[in-house]
Amino acid sequence: MWRGCERPAASDVSDRSDSPLERSAIAMSEEKQSKSGSRLERKLAAGGFAVTAELGPPKSADADLIRNKAALLKDWVDAVNITDNQTAIVRVSSIGTGKLVHDMGLEPIIQVTCRDRNRLAIQADLLGAYLMGIRNVLCLTGDHQVFGNHPTARYVFDLDSVQLIAMVRDMRDRKVFACGDEIRNSKKAGIKEPRLFIGGAANPFGDPFEFRATRLEKKVRAGADFVQTQCIYDMERFDRWMKEVRARGLHRKCAILAGVTPLKSVGMARYMRDQVAGVTVPDCYVQRMAEASDPKAEGIAICVEQIRRLRAIEGVAGVHIMAIEWEEKVPEIVERAGLGTGG
Amino acid sequence: MIVAEQKPIAEIAGYLDGHKRVLVLGCGTCVTVCLAGGERETAQIASVLRLSGNGREILENTIERQCDAEFFDAVADQAAGCDAILSLACGAGAQMVARVFPEKPVYPALNTKFMGTNDGAGEWSENCLACGDCKLGVFGGICPVTRCSKSLANGPCGGSADGRCEVDPQNIECGWQLIHDRLKALGKLDALSEIAAPRDWSKTHSGGPRRLSREDVAGL
Ligand code: SF4
Ligand code: SF4
Repeated sequence: MWRGCERPAASDVSDRSDSPLERSAIAMSEEKQSKSGSRLERKLAAGGFAVTAELGPPKSADADLIRNKAALLKDWVDAVNITDNQTAIVRVSSIGTGKLVHDMGLEPIIQVTCRDRNRLAIQADLLGAYLMGIRNVLCLTGDHQVFGNHPTARYVFDLDSVQLIAMVRDMRDRKVFACGDEIRNSKKAGIKEPRLFIGGAANPFGDPFEFRATRLEKKVRAGADFVQTQCIYDMERFDRWMKEVRARGLHRKCAILAGVTPLKSVGMARYMRDQVAGVTVPDCYVQRMAEASDPKAEGIAICVEQIRRLRAIEGVAGVHIMAIEWEEKVPEIVERAGLGTGG
Repeated sequence: MIVAEQKPIAEIAGYLDGHKRVLVLGCGTCVTVCLAGGERETAQIASVLRLSGNGREILENTIERQCDAEFFDAVADQAAGCDAILSLACGAGAQMVARVFPEKPVYPALNTKFMGTNDGAGEWSENCLACGDCKLGVFGGICPVTRCSKSLANGPCGGSADGRCEVDPQNIECGWQLIHDRLKALGKLDALSEIAAPRDWSKTHSGGPRRLSREDVAGL
């Protein structure tokens, strides 16, 4: 059974997250091309089918809650997204949570939205995140604040997600800040740039449909190394989108991780179908959930089927399992989807 | 034009508490057109205030534009005899009243909403945030800074569905769907493949209150 990557000891919070042994083993081959030292990057570069999950930080200063969720996911996924004030509700910061998770040996992907921070704040936070051992960042637009618990707040949106990706790429590859200055403390000091593996989001189901592949292409050109998609239920539409992605050759420049969310109940299926912008749930799934004697088990079964189908699609480099507040089901999904063998 | 709407009368009355002689001053330009602060609305507010009694004397007048000092001569005498002025102009006009009559308390009767268009009887919408660097030419004549709820520059967020914006699907169109459709109709969709660079927000109010000085028209 697949156990995930080797993990460093919890005490290893050195600049790089790999153990010295691992480092020397890959030093000659991949290290040279490695952009970031991220294990997710290494797995994808080696052609492995990546598995990522999502960890929503708590709405209170509760480290145990974070550690419990991380412990559930730790041996089952390559990396875990840490959401950034998800749905515009105040939570423990993605970087703070990411540090805790990283110390447990689970690799975090720090989400950064454009809603709450401008280019100064984001760059400063990414420098700090990098120093704490974080190696992956996911650049997002962010839900509008009207959805959250501070609807009267002022938004930022200094950058959009494409510009954010380009900024992080320029910090890593051109070693400059958004203003063009080199990333060095003084003229005499050396350049010390944060080297992050850069992700973006892709929504194959949002409108206008024909613009969605163009938007992904922009993110790839801006510097996205990987994208995670919005959760997929409508396989037919996803297939069409992937065709367009392959026609543009985007899957060769950027790893596409297909998003899945296990359904918990028929109510959730209907809600996702009717209420969530940019998500479509085909009626066949709603019906299966309605008729199931054990809807939760049916939801997991559907999710496992979906992953198997997604994995067979050319250009899909991994799956992103978003089981929000249902993290304990991730190991079962990973195992039943047979993700232990090929990776 | 500048679009504004009247404040609740209770808020207006609250400001005027304790004042004995008040000039209710309308503005003949934008707020006349959007039916919030022209001659007609000035007369309405003045009569409501008179009816509310309090032994307060209410004077009324409307000048062509409150955002320009040159139009205030017509009300100089009335203003001099009053102990407060209620301005039915936009925020810019009301501030000009305060500048022209530095010794008089000035209160706003309107909430200034936005710079926009009239979209039919009783309908107005916001179209321009005065970003100082107009890019309408690139985006098919539809402003992404204003018409997109997040001022995105590189295309729609994931919340765009059926042409509506996630922020309020009932009432807000997705600006990016509009831009996309219009550029498509114009055969210029290619323009959207370009990555738009981060905006220079220093040209907006982020750079502080803006000023414009033009030597070519100075002294005219
Ligand atoms: S681009 Fe700027 S100036 Fe042009 S309409 Fe939009 S906000 Fe106004
Ligand atoms: S739905 Fe459209 S208008 Fe609303 S924030 Fe997203 S891109 Fe902008």
